[in-house]
Amino acid sequence: MALNDLDLSCRIGSLTLQNPVLTASGTFGYGREFESFVNLHRLGAVVVKGISLAPRRGNPPPRVVETACGMLNAIGLENVGVERFLAEKMEYLRGMRATVIVNILGDSVEEYAELAGRLDGAEGVAAIEVNISCPNVKKGGVAFGTDPEMAASVTRAVKGATKLPVIIKLSPNVTDITLMAKAVEAAGADAVSLINTLLGMAIDIRTRKPRLANVVGGLSGPAIKPVALRMVWQVARAVQIPVIGIGGIATPEDGLEFLIAGASAIEVGTANFVNPRACEEILAGIGNYLETQKMTSLRELVGTLAA
Amino acid sequence: MAPLQLTAEILRRETIAPELIRLTFLAPDLAAAARPGQFLMLRVGEGRDPLLRRPLSIHQVTSNGWVQVLFKVVGQGTRLLAALAPGQGVDVVGPLGNRFAMESHGNHCLIGGGMGIAPLYFLARELERSNPPERVVPLLGARTAKELRPLADDFVALGLEPRLATDDGTLGHHGLVIDHLSELMASGEPWRVYTCGPYPMMRAVAKICREQGWECQVSLETMMACGISACLGCAIPAAQLDGPYKHVCKDGPVFGAEEVAWL
Repeated sequence: MALNDLDLSCRIGSLTLQNPVLTASGTFGYGREFESFVNLHRLGAVVVKGISLAPRRGNPPPRVVETACGMLNAIGLENVGVERFLAEKMEYLRGMRATVIVNILGDSVEEYAELAGRLDGAEGVAAIEVNISCPNVKKGGVAFGTDPEMAASVTRAVKGATKLPVIIKLSPNVTDITLMAKAVEAAGADAVSLINTLLGMAIDIRTRKPRLANVVGGLSGPAIKPVALRMVWQVARAVQIPVIGIGGIATPEDGLEFLIAGASAIEVGTANFVNPRACEEILAGIGNYLETQKMTSLRELVGTLAA
Repeated sequence: MAPLQLTAEILRRETIAPELIRLTFLAPDLAAAARPGQFLMLRVGEGRDPLLRRPLSIHQVTSNGWVQVLFKVVGQGTRLLAALAPGQGVDVVGPLGNRFAMESHGNHCLIGGGMGIAPLYFLARELERSNPPERVVPLLGARTAKELRPLADDFVALGLEPRLATDDGTLGHHGLVIDHLSELMASGEPWRVYTCGPYPMMRAVAKICREQGWECQVSLETMMACGISACLGCAIPAAQLDGPYKHVCKDGPVFGAEEVAWL
């Protein structure tokens, strides 16, 4: 069977994606950074760098440090702001016929709602992913992501401000992630994506200084995959809405594990830094696997974890 | 031009001093596109640890498609790179970043410390190759003669007369490479300065150039995860401290000394 006879599509709320491989926000810029490596229109969606109402300059350096099988980052949500994003970044993505999901972040419920409203009518925006979990900025972010009521109120505010499908991106830095998932589902979220980075730190023993200027940062990469997979499995059993799996996916096999655990789609993050072609390679590998399993659609695989 | 990702065949691996490795690989498209000051991101193995590519400046390219990088073995990643043997492949992304702005007239001074010498050799070759300026003076420093001599010899082979300095006094001036700048100052003429090396050295060079009114280009190095301005990890403070950060991979690695903050 030819690959194009395979039905790789997946549904996120009212949105149907042609395939389940998405880019993770913050690891793919605004798409154009990968123009010489990836055919953006072939991806399930491009999830762009998190956007705030006003531009943000981000944290002081050093912002990244390599750790065992992964990396820590404390970029501090540097971004061009929603107006410049719409004016300067969207045109290219539309021209490339990319399916665009805009990741948003704010310091208050009102900001999230305003952002969602601003994106609501924007041409070419297919969905909104809400970052309630970035651990790097001192005010805002972390509180929404670790308190079910706060997460629910952000979800309601965003849903009230847009007709676009709304994906809530969950933080793993909580005791029970299923409580967060259920709270945002009840508040109207169309899907959840997880996990964001795990809070971590590293120290230079020579100087006894933290390796990140922000002291703590988000751990990503293959090191976090088992934790992410476990959380995706838990959440997929706890909610009815689609789950998008994220966390250390670097190969088709990694992605397949998440799909088997119950994810309807996946986001590829840190792997884009290591291999700028990672997304398309993972997509091809997933297609090949389905073929060898004599499956005709992705849906036959999702959530089929054997006892 | 847009960066490439390719697997290049290793042609040669030379240990030119203890822990100092020069790697030559075949990458004709990359060699044709590369300009002095640009860098590459090299994958250091197939595995997941170490995970990230290593940024290395381009040391030299040739018209027959050879590309060279020069590096010191300082950790796990560079140790794996140093273990690559001829015939093996290395996964390369590049050329990345901007380039040195070159002029074909006037006095040029190239100030390199340690591995910072690597991109300056590419620059010296290009300056000498086409329409050479009146004067090109390299000032080169390293810890010790063993490290410095093979690198300095390459500049001599171009017909240049590098002024040398070592920390231990085993070759050239016993002390800092910037001590040689007094000779240039004494010339009473303006110089166009290019520098790459340890941060304190570049800061001192930038200060002297500002005082002398000389144009100065610095090639900076930071931690970076991607090299293609996706991670935004390579931020550095701009001269205007409360303004937006600059990013070494995209705005650099070559900056005007007055563009960045010297902290």
